[in-house]
Amino acid sequence: MVVLLVSMMGSSANVLTLPGWWPESFSKPLNLGLDLRGGIHLVLDVEVEKAVAHQVEESIDAVRQELRANKFRYSKLDAEDGKHVVAVIKKDEEVSAAKDVLAAILPGYSVVVEAGNRIVLTIGDKESDEIKKFAVDQSIEVVRNRIDALGTTEPVIVKQGERRVLVQIPGYEDTARAKKLIGSTAQLEFKLVDEQGDLDKALAGQMPAGDVVVYGAQQIVNGRSVRQPYLLKKRTELSGTEVADARVGIDPRYNEPIVTLKFNNKGARKFDQLTKEHVGERFAIILEGVVQSAPVIRERIAGGTAQISGSFTTQEARDLAIVLRAGALPAPVNVVEERSVGPSLGQDSIDQGLNSIVIGGILVLIFMAIYYRAFGFFANIALVFNLLLIVAAMSMIGATLTLPGIAGIVLTIGMAVDANVLIFERVREELSLGKTPLAAIDGGYAKALTTIVDANITTLIAAIVLFQFGTGPVKGFAVTLSVGILASMFTAIIVTRAISSLTIEKRKRVEALSI
Amino acid sequence: MRLISPNTNINFLGQRKIAMGFSVLLILASLGALFIKGLNFGIDFTGGTLVEVRFTQAPAIADVREALAPAGFGSAIIQEFGSPEEILVRSQNQDSEGDSSAISSSILGALKAAFGDDGVEMRRVEFVGPQVGDELTKAGMMAVLVAMLAILLYVTFRFQFRFALGADAALLHDITLIVGLFAITGKEFSLPVVAAILTVIGYSLNDTIVVFDRIRENFVLNRKRKQPHDEVAVVNQSVNQTLSRTLMTSLTTLLVVLALLILGGEVIHDFAFALTAGILIGTYSSIYIASPVMLALHGKFGADNEEEAAELAARP
Repeated sequence: MVVLLVSMMGSSANVLTLPGWWPESFSKPLNLGLDLRGGIHLVLDVEVEKAVAHQVEESIDAVRQELRANKFRYSKLDAEDGKHVVAVIKKDEEVSAAKDVLAAILPGYSVVVEAGNRIVLTIGDKESDEIKKFAVDQSIEVVRNRIDALGTTEPVIVKQGERRVLVQIPGYEDTARAKKLIGSTAQLEFKLVDEQGDLDKALAGQMPAGDVVVYGAQQIVNGRSVRQPYLLKKRTELSGTEVADARVGIDPRYNEPIVTLKFNNKGARKFDQLTKEHVGERFAIILEGVVQSAPVIRERIAGGTAQISGSFTTQEARDLAIVLRAGALPAPVNVVEERSVGPSLGQDSIDQGLNSIVIGGILVLIFMAIYYRAFGFFANIALVFNLLLIVAAMSMIGATLTLPGIAGIVLTIGMAVDANVLIFERVREELSLGKTPLAAIDGGYAKALTTIVDANITTLIAAIVLFQFGTGPVKGFAVTLSVGILASMFTAIIVTRAISSLTIEKRKRVEALSI
Repeated sequence: MRLISPNTNINFLGQRKIAMGFSVLLILASLGALFIKGLNFGIDFTGGTLVEVRFTQAPAIADVREALAPAGFGSAIIQEFGSPEEILVRSQNQDSEGDSSAISSSILGALKAAFGDDGVEMRRVEFVGPQVGDELTKAGMMAVLVAMLAILLYVTFRFQFRFALGADAALLHDITLIVGLFAITGKEFSLPVVAAILTVIGYSLNDTIVVFDRIRENFVLNRKRKQPHDEVAVVNQSVNQTLSRTLMTSLTTLLVVLALLILGGEVIHDFAFALTAGILIGTYSSIYIASPVMLALHGKFGADNEEEAAELAARP
């Protein structure tokens, strides 16, 4: 009886408005899965190797400084395979000393000297695992910040496995925008344009030392799509990490949306220095490897603000500001799985699911009442109670109801009566052996019990395996199936027994059973 | 009311040769269909993009194809989904630029351009990257394998090894036939279908265990009454005694699963189909496959009847 009351309280949150004194753990409504309420479900894969490779490349600067400080001359210094730093030392006698120096400044790396004076530093497993882990955690933070800016309620952003991130945005429909917002690395760089270098020669293959060619966005000129090349200094003067804030503004000259950046203290100092030293030259603003604009520095800019223009639409400008504010992703992320559902399909699924539960349930109720008469009626009470129990249990443990989950409930209705069928058939057998009604009830319940437990445990095994190996919606099915099996064992063994005892054993003499 | 009279005594085991032959035939047909036609794997396993849209006015499939062709999806599979207004577009395209997740956006964009922003509504987008597809395939196969092993262990613990083999034989039979049915009908084999198969494993086993429980009980009873140990007779008696329960439970479960199949909507149609087929096949196999296989393995594991019965009686 207590269980009955608790389960009614627990499931009531789904249908009623509750008074204020209602205990909080009972007043949570059932969580609906994204396939029922509509929304975006994405699984992102973080390219953690790129984060490691990036770190390895960064360490080249330190290696170069150290080699120069010790006056070791080298013919080659490069990163290989995203995990090695390779330095080729010119003089044979310096190799061993250089090796020791480099091993000291890169403690997480293993050092090997190969033929041809090649010193190969390889990043250690522990080191790279840490970078990978950090990259995933950092990505989760960045993605969370970006999604929060969309202003949706209750987004879910959690780590899945070692390098994946699960993102769920309930009630949001614009999958294209969400994917773009999440997927952009937002890597922002400021580089100086090499005004002395010859762009044409560089394009022909004669790249000036320390330079790089970067292209602008695709443009249509005279009906042909072209991308403007820029010859830039390789060195990055300023990057997105030094941006403190980004806002959308309007460029008064062209009446176009622009993004205004505000640098942090360090960035502002660097920007001040840069603009002071290079008046009259151009600097390029590069976003995700594409030159957005390359304005001429007309005067020193001391305030620590800059503007990015580039014929954006208002929404593009707004999203750019969001991703710049939220910070860059430490490594590129790819969408490897998407399951998004529009709101209308979600509602249809709920309606159709409820229809199947109601119609299927009513059919079973009618069938049981006809077949087992009074005892069928007891089983039916237990069945309704069973449904309440499932909903209550799921609400209370905070499980999520999905479309396959509804199917699980429907299936449970059919299987829930099984335990009762086993008992009732046994009671009938006992009666036909000539036992008295009360003895038959006792015998029936006792003998059916082991069978019920055995049979349900095997189904439970299948459900648990499903939960372990399944993803998303399938997991939801496994949850309702497990909860349903447990609930049905309880209702069949305890509840129908209680009801039949209450109604039958009250009578002084029982001559026949309505079964 | 009774479906089966209490004195029913059908000679199920007498028909076991016919039943076995029938099952072998069905299994061969399933395997044949699997090898010749193969399964119509859904994007869960192959990777790819699926977009379900609803139009305000039912479009001609040809018009939809024409709208998609300029965007490079001329070869996409386009089909009606439940009603003429609802269209399913499936594309296996893997964008060479690497961002295959953008395909759904391009498909939606192309449709909105052709039919107007209000003319098309996004119902569902599913995209599975090739790597995830591989993982899901492996996870699905692992799940079926682990479930069968776990069941083998449990039934060995509760009964005996040959009972467990009988149960697993019935399960393999069920799985083969369901998968074969999907190959023959060409219905899409997706992740929820694997879930349905696992559920059927649980369900079919439930049936089998009920019969086994009765066999065990009758073995023990026979021993107590010092009656001759006639396995075939005992098994047949047990199947008959549990027959009315087997059919009742199958009927009630079938009622709700049919409700799901008819009313549950297009999205879980294949899932409900697998369940319906599985319950029918599972009921059959627990009567005609599990017990006969268990009987056929009689004495294969080095114990004579008396010892076996005694050992069974002592099981928890």
